[in-house]
Amino acid sequence: MKALRWVVGTIGELLITIGLLLLLFVAWQLWWTDVTANREQAVAIQSLERGFTHDDSYPSATPGPTATPDPLATLKKVPFGEAFAIVRIPRFGAGYARPVLQGTDHETLGKGVGHYVGTAMPGLVGNFATAGHRTTYGKPYADIDKLRTGDFIVIETKTSFIVYAVQRHVIVTPDHVEVIAPVPQHAGAKPTEAWMTMTACHPKFSAQQRYVVFSKLVKTFARAAGLPASFMAVPAGAG
Amino acid sequence: MYGPLWRLLPGRWPVKAFLSLILAFGVVVLCFLWVFPTIAPLMPFNDNTIQTGSP
Repeated sequence: MKALRWVVGTIGELLITIGLLLLLFVAWQLWWTDVTANREQAVAIQSLERGFTHDDSYPSATPGPTATPDPLATLKKVPFGEAFAIVRIPRFGAGYARPVLQGTDHETLGKGVGHYVGTAMPGLVGNFATAGHRTTYGKPYADIDKLRTGDFIVIETKTSFIVYAVQRHVIVTPDHVEVIAPVPQHAGAKPTEAWMTMTACHPKFSAQQRYVVFSKLVKTFARAAGLPASFMAVPAGAG
Repeated sequence: MYGPLWRLLPGRWPVKAFLSLILAFGVVVLCFLWVFPTIAPLMPFNDNTIQTGSP
C-alpha cells in the first residue's frame, strides 16, 4: 500500500512538473524571444547604419564603393546569415527599422527579416523575396495585414534607398512557391519589373498559411542624394 | 520525487526553502538559455517561410 502511494505520488509530481515546464516554454516563446530579439535587432540596425555611413569595407563582400559602375551590383554576393540592408515601413510606425539578412532558416529569422537565397537583390529586376516572423522573435512582420495598397516600403543599403509600393496581398498554404518567383505568382515567366515579396505566418500564432504581400519598385535613390521625406511619412490611421 | 529532495537539502526549513528557490531559478535559466532555443526549431509553429526545398 505504501509502495502504491509512493508510485502514484511520484507520477502526480512528474505530471505537475511537465505542466509547469510546458507553461515555461510558452512564456519563453511568446515573451522572452521578443525581448532578446528586439534588443539584438536594435543593435544590428545601429551597426548597419554605422557601416553604411562610415566603414567603406561594409558589407564584407563589397569590392569597394568605386569598383563597380552599378551600385546595386555590389549586393549580389552576400554571405549566408549576414545583414546587408535595413527595411523601413512607415505604416508600421515612424521608428520602424529591421535588419535584412541573407537566408531564411530558423536562426537567421530570429535576427530580423530574411532574404530568400536565389531571389533578386533589392532594386533589381526580379523578385526581392523576404520572410519575417509574424509573432515571437521580435516579430518584424507582425502588422503585415495592416499594409494597404500604395504604402511605401523603403530598403536602405550601403549605396541606395530603394522604395517599393504595396500592390496586393494573398493568403496561401506554404507550398505555393510561385509567390517568390521572379514574376510573383507566375512561375517560369521572364521578369521585366522589380518586385518585392513579404511572407509571414497566417493566422497569427499558427503556421497553417502564409500572408503574402507584393510590392512594386517605385524608384531607387542614391544614398548621397538622400531619400525624399515624403516616402517616410506615416500614413493616416497607422500605428 | 520532491520529498527526498527536500530532505536532502541541509539546514532548517527557511534555508531549505531558499535553496529550493535557487534550484528552481537554475532550472528556469537552463531552460531559457539552452533547452528551449534548442527545441524551438523542431516546433511546427515556428516556420513562416514558403517551402523552397523538398517537402
